[in-house]
Amino acid sequence: MLAPRALILRAPGTNCDYETAHAFERAGAIARRMHVHALAEKPALADDFQILCIPGGFSYGDDIASGRIFALELKLRLGDTLLKFRDKGGLMLGICNGFQVLLQTGLLLGDVATLAHNNTGRFVDRWVHLRAMPGKCVFLQGIDRCELPVAHAEGRFVTRSPEDFAALDAAGQLVLRYGPDASGVSTNPNGSMGDVAGVCDPTGRIFGLMPHPERFIDATQHPSWNGRLDPTAAGAGLTIFTNAVKAVA
Amino acid sequence: MLWEVNVHHKAASGDHTARAVVAGAAAVGVDECTQAVTATGWLIEGELSRADVEQLAATLLTDPVTESFTVAEVGDAAATAGRDHLPTVLHVLPRTGVTDPAALTAHQSLALLGLRPTAVRSVKKYWLPALDEAATQRLAWKLLASEAIHDVVVGPLTITTLSGGRTWTFTQESISLEGLDDAALAQLSRDRCLALTAAELHAVRDHFHSLGRDPFEIELETIAQTWSEHCCHKTLGSPVDHIRPDGTTRYDNLLKETVFAATQKVREQLGLRDWCVSVFRDNSGVVRFDGDHDICVKVETHNHPSAIEPYGGAATGLGGVIRDVLGTGLAAKPIANLDVFCVGPSDLHADDLPPGVIHPRRLLEGVVAGVRDYGNRMGIPTIAGGVFYDPGYLCNPLVFCGTVGVMPRNAADAAVQRGDLVVVAGGRTGRDGIHGATFSSIELSSESEAESGGAVQIGHAINEKTLCDFVLAAAEQRLFHAITDCGAGGLSSAVGEMGATLGAEVDLDRVPLKYEGLSATEVWISEAQERMVLAVPPGKWEKLAAVAAAEGVEATAIGTFTGTGRLVLKWQGNIAGDLDCHFLHEGRPRQRLISRYTPPPREATVWPATLPSLDQCLLDMLAAPDVASKEWIIRQYDHEVQGASVVKPLLGPGEGPADGTVVRGVLGRDRGIVLGVGLRHRIGPRDPYQMAAGGIVEAIANVVAAGADPDKIALLDNFCWGDTRREASLGTLVEACRGCHDMAVAFAAPFVSGKDSLNNVFSYTDTAGTHHELSIPPTLLATAMGQVDDIHRAVTPDLKAAGNRLAIVGLSRDELTGSQVELLCGLTGGSVPQVDPDACRRVWSAVAAAIRSRCIVSCHDVSDGGVAAAVAEMVIGGNCGGRLDLAAIPAEVAATGAARNIALAFTETPGRFVCEVPAAAAERFQAFLDGLPWAWVGEVLAEPVLTITGTAGESIRLPVAELSQAWRRIASSHS
Repeated sequence: MLAPRALILRAPGTNCDYETAHAFERAGAIARRMHVHALAEKPALADDFQILCIPGGFSYGDDIASGRIFALELKLRLGDTLLKFRDKGGLMLGICNGFQVLLQTGLLLGDVATLAHNNTGRFVDRWVHLRAMPGKCVFLQGIDRCELPVAHAEGRFVTRSPEDFAALDAAGQLVLRYGPDASGVSTNPNGSMGDVAGVCDPTGRIFGLMPHPERFIDATQHPSWNGRLDPTAAGAGLTIFTNAVKAVA
Repeated sequence: MLWEVNVHHKAASGDHTARAVVAGAAAVGVDECTQAVTATGWLIEGELSRADVEQLAATLLTDPVTESFTVAEVGDAAATAGRDHLPTVLHVLPRTGVTDPAALTAHQSLALLGLRPTAVRSVKKYWLPALDEAATQRLAWKLLASEAIHDVVVGPLTITTLSGGRTWTFTQESISLEGLDDAALAQLSRDRCLALTAAELHAVRDHFHSLGRDPFEIELETIAQTWSEHCCHKTLGSPVDHIRPDGTTRYDNLLKETVFAATQKVREQLGLRDWCVSVFRDNSGVVRFDGDHDICVKVETHNHPSAIEPYGGAATGLGGVIRDVLGTGLAAKPIANLDVFCVGPSDLHADDLPPGVIHPRRLLEGVVAGVRDYGNRMGIPTIAGGVFYDPGYLCNPLVFCGTVGVMPRNAADAAVQRGDLVVVAGGRTGRDGIHGATFSSIELSSESEAESGGAVQIGHAINEKTLCDFVLAAAEQRLFHAITDCGAGGLSSAVGEMGATLGAEVDLDRVPLKYEGLSATEVWISEAQERMVLAVPPGKWEKLAAVAAAEGVEATAIGTFTGTGRLVLKWQGNIAGDLDCHFLHEGRPRQRLISRYTPPPREATVWPATLPSLDQCLLDMLAAPDVASKEWIIRQYDHEVQGASVVKPLLGPGEGPADGTVVRGVLGRDRGIVLGVGLRHRIGPRDPYQMAAGGIVEAIANVVAAGADPDKIALLDNFCWGDTRREASLGTLVEACRGCHDMAVAFAAPFVSGKDSLNNVFSYTDTAGTHHELSIPPTLLATAMGQVDDIHRAVTPDLKAAGNRLAIVGLSRDELTGSQVELLCGLTGGSVPQVDPDACRRVWSAVAAAIRSRCIVSCHDVSDGGVAAAVAEMVIGGNCGGRLDLAAIPAEVAATGAARNIALAFTETPGRFVCEVPAAAAERFQAFLDGLPWAWVGEVLAEPVLTITGTAGESIRLPVAELSQAWRRIASSHS
């Protein structure tokens, strides 16, 4: 059968598109990078794909707020296209800036949550320990705990109210959480409510996360691989991409 | 109509800026500012109704979950009413003409909502307690705003419009040099900020005399840009008589006969195995990588702009070097950045700050933020660098930014062809950065901040990112013949260089402007950021324009490379200037310079009567600014984007330091690029030759320790010097050039590119009326770019497994001058470490071979803080313990007793490594080291304690947690 096709949707300022495409290819998909303007001019192009991914970066410089303009552009110019893509069973993945974008389109959690500035007030690149509670989430199937790197300034998950948080939690949509490291110290890098690192929509087929799975598809991307991990092994992040490919294959 | 939108945090807890203001206020001595509220403001002008503005505020400017907004007409009291009983309202706005990235982005994106305002400006608003005038001003200019780029308004805004600038109407200004004596010529050069010497102006006068006319302003400016120190190695390329007690050496071109010559010799020795591709020709140096890729590297300085506006200076410095790589050959893809800063002491008391100087701590945080915000937005990992502290850098901080790029084989050579279109692409041109090239060649003064604002720029990273995407797409389709970046000198340098032989005709009125009112000369020499110039065959112009449009980049054909050998500048058909390219590029008179140097005497080290204990000394060493962890900086940089990261700047379970850092050159392939830097600033004032040699050894040792092949290392030089118009100062520069030459030849490591920044001198008059002139220590930054065949064989310094043995390779000597321990223990006399090139090279080959055959599982180069600091860093990274026996270290050390232990533990003799070797590999390891000075000096232990045994058998025991805490002290003070 034909390999699934992944659309890597980029905007001005997207900067993780190449390695994200590479990760999907490693997972067995055919990945294509496409500029949002090209898709907006010809939305039918989306019909050739089963997976749509918005990768990391600083779309439109994040000059106003992270992902704000890209999200607005998707809502105004491609709103119907995305709904159609979802309803025909397509998968959507938002990584870091892509998560910020997807969240602001309302496709993930409506309008009850946001990703605010880190409580440290600045950008941070570090590795975190994660706990997955996959539930319906297609992308996290079979994952319990793993390590991935984060690199962002606006990743603090916040809901409008504690009730909103409780509802999302009860609905099983807060599927990825920052966990403690080996010595039991929390690795929540930004002050996220409930240590939330990633969320999915009610169907579990749209998923957004702040950590970068595409930055851990090879063991050699881990900060402690040298002399400790099999350098030829795959990294934990690859599973997220292979799960997506399996789900639409 | 001029509207003001203010976006507020719903919860005070979200207002990080406010917390930073309160903390910062105390630091600048405004203790009464105990509370603050901030808002992000937007000034929006145009035919917009209140409803329009409320809609755009809600949909574009505000996060409904965490933020709220207010809308008012500018001047309306509602916008400035006190909040939380804080009466003082303070606005900080970018000055008219200064790049305002957020406003530009907002302005463009409003089109999505069908709104078309005429202008948008961002403003930061602060509500503060009641403060007196002095306190308010101090807070504004020492903390919140930068004189170079900001306006500050206390109380209500009184602006009525954002639009400014009227179209410039063509006028032709001639400048007569006839009959001016040298004093008058010097005055004219100063007044017009030309940085031309009297002799150079004589040459200009004679040239135009022969043409029977005076030069036009734009012609004089073009010559000044082209002949500037920044653009043409004026000093390093000069003929020099170098006078030493042991004789005089005569150079006809200092750079050609030292650094370049070394590269030539190395390439000749390599013969058919020569792996250099394009060196000292293009915007960066290009070398072979794998079967179908070359890699290139360049390091630039941006010292003067960063001294005046750290954030913008550092950001645009990085932006510039990224464009250097992008503008190499037929374009290279930037894949890694490095940055190195030299600053004054962070703990300097505010009262000891000379007038017009920014405090080192604020300056460092500013340059770090600049590199962070620009590099991260570009999606290029910042993987290597360093910070060096010295009082000599207080007034002239050094900011080095470097970029590595990868390009397809056979794309390194580019040639403009007759008839090609001159195409400018990227950002629009404004008045920003006028005279940057000549300014960077003039020394700073306490007035620079006010005077040279025009030379300071703010970057707009998103413009450079889209420009980069466009250029790489166009390069893939081979749509241009040549490309270069618009850096110093702006279009005048870019077009001038590209058309150096063919000549060009340019219609300056076609250059897209940020705002009206620029004169032809301003358009021509503006250094507005994020622009590249391409030579495009007419047949491919349409295709190229389409690619640009698809990436949302503005590309404009502004002229033609004509083949007439003349540089013709036009404005709406009028001739603005007409220069002979040959005169422009060959007409500069070269003056023979005199340099003098006397080598320092070799002395014995004088030890103080009392010395700190070994354990105290080690803890202080790890906390020393040059040695301490740079984690607070590294973590603000995205060092993993592009997914090619292999050896990171922080690694191991204990997150210890790396030596060289490694990235894959191409995703999915196993060949790696290794980066390392070396800078021995404390040796410079004593022995510039050994300063250069030591820096080069340090840079190479860093990459070798990570597994790089010592026979394939490319070097870069960045010379930063004081006033080289002085014979003694020029003498130290010549010595450093000699050091570079000798090391490159001895190590068969060619220099592939470089840059110099001279006249780093700062002058001011103190309150007592005394005039001071401060010069930086002679500083060479050496950068090494190595290659590792298989990234799986890279090694890191963090210790791996208890039971493994520790070896030191290389001889230790007690040459302690310029070392960290000299500073720490107050040593005097002594001599600087002498590099033994042959010994270094033999050690590197042996260690590299042992790494390749997997005998070494951890390797750390011994540098600042000596072997004790090296082993401490290794146990910190491995989060384990270790034992080090000083008596076992192979050494030539005269000191005895306590001094002997200190010398052995902390001497910085170049060319040594600490290696972790599994017992099973010990014999094979020894075989590689046959005939070299080396010894087993300890082992790896499970219990996280470092034990160091002295020469008399006495021992110190330090828990790794304590070492780690000392090493991280400064980093935590910045978070």
